[in-house]
Amino acid sequence: MECVFGLVGNGFSILVADTSAVHSILVHKSNEDKIMVLDSHKLIAASGESGDRVQFTEFIQKNVSLYQFRNGIPLTTAAAANFTRGELATALRKSPYMVNILMAGFDKETGPSLYYLDYIATLHKVDKAAFGLVVAPPNFVIKIVDKDGAREHAWRETVKHETTAPPSA
Amino acid sequence: MKLDLSGLESTVPHFGTSDGLSHGFPTAPSFDLPITGDFDGFQKEAIQMVKPAKGTTTLAFIFKEGVMVAADSRASMGGYISSQSVKKIIEINPHMLGTMAGGAADCQFWHRNLGIKCRLHELANKRRISVTGASKLLANILYSYRGMGLSVGTMIAGWDETGPGLYYVDSEGGRLKGTRFSVGSGSPYAYGVLDSGYRFDMSVEEAAELARRAIYHATFRDGASGGVASVYHVGPTGWTKMSGDDVGELHYKYYPVTPSTVEQEMGEVSGA
Repeated sequence: MECVFGLVGNGFSILVADTSAVHSILVHKSNEDKIMVLDSHKLIAASGESGDRVQFTEFIQKNVSLYQFRNGIPLTTAAAANFTRGELATALRKSPYMVNILMAGFDKETGPSLYYLDYIATLHKVDKAAFGLVVAPPNFVIKIVDKDGAREHAWRETVKHETTAPPSA
Repeated sequence: MKLDLSGLESTVPHFGTSDGLSHGFPTAPSFDLPITGDFDGFQKEAIQMVKPAKGTTTLAFIFKEGVMVAADSRASMGGYISSQSVKKIIEINPHMLGTMAGGAADCQFWHRNLGIKCRLHELANKRRISVTGASKLLANILYSYRGMGLSVGTMIAGWDETGPGLYYVDSEGGRLKGTRFSVGSGSPYAYGVLDSGYRFDMSVEEAAELARRAIYHATFRDGASGGVASVYHVGPTGWTKMSGDDVGELHYKYYPVTPSTVEQEMGEVSGA
């Protein structure tokens, strides 16, 4: 199972990704880099179907550098993330797409940031996020990333057995 | 402007169900819907049925002296073996080979198409296309047809200005750069032999033997693979065919029949 996660710390943000390319039961490759460089202060990590993942992240990478080339200034991380969201949302209306994205960056004004963009083009600015074996309830990475296992506790709370019927509105 | 859609019309008009009201009036030409509660599931299953399983074993790996490419030669249609002499290693140009797994027609057509594109690149730029470039041409075409039923699982292997190159490309749009790949239903068996016997500093002969052995063992365990194990080598001067051995004969080479010693012989029963 693919695993991609990232977090924002004091004055930095990091992205982490596994390097396996798996097709059903076969590990085709164990040195596939799923983190791409957008520019000197931006990284994009993606998980999802291999074709979509490569095609989409490469498209974003090329367009971000095209913007920088045309205008002489780079996009801010927020701008790049919103651009990516727009492109994914547009692509989704045309054909199915399966790609989850994390974008990490560092800007002079805003400092480090991390953006979470999932396969249905939901964009969130977060300080920790993960894809892969984190979607299902026993999410390994979130447990490690979240301080004090707060997320695990929240999940336990949500599935608590209700003994009384909820009050009717 | 009006679109001419007459070409799409069925020559035999399909009549709607005779519910009394529309009797005798031809409805728009259409197919009957399959009688099923789960249409999406039916559609998925139907696609799987039409899509041939990659009943093949192909492999390629990079080593010190270049790239070794090998494949079996069996073509099957379900359980029926339709040919034992298929060329699954396609010669794109003197420096590049492609392997064929999945739909034979899809592979053949798009490899030939790739060959044309590579030649045009050569004429336009006065230099041979890189393996990276060629594999990306193919991957981009396959990606543009993604989800439309193409079935291709191929490796593009060759030698360019940067040295040996090997890419795995499939009809789901995937394209992976690597040093060791195997594709097809026999690939798990081939990987077993390949992974345990692979060393980067092999000689050409050692590498050819490893490739042949991997194909043989795959054909031994995989019913959809068989025929002839052909082995190609791509070096700085282009590809050469190393061998083409019937896997039946390879079997007796790897496991020679030794005459067993007679343990007991039938003799006359001496007097009762």
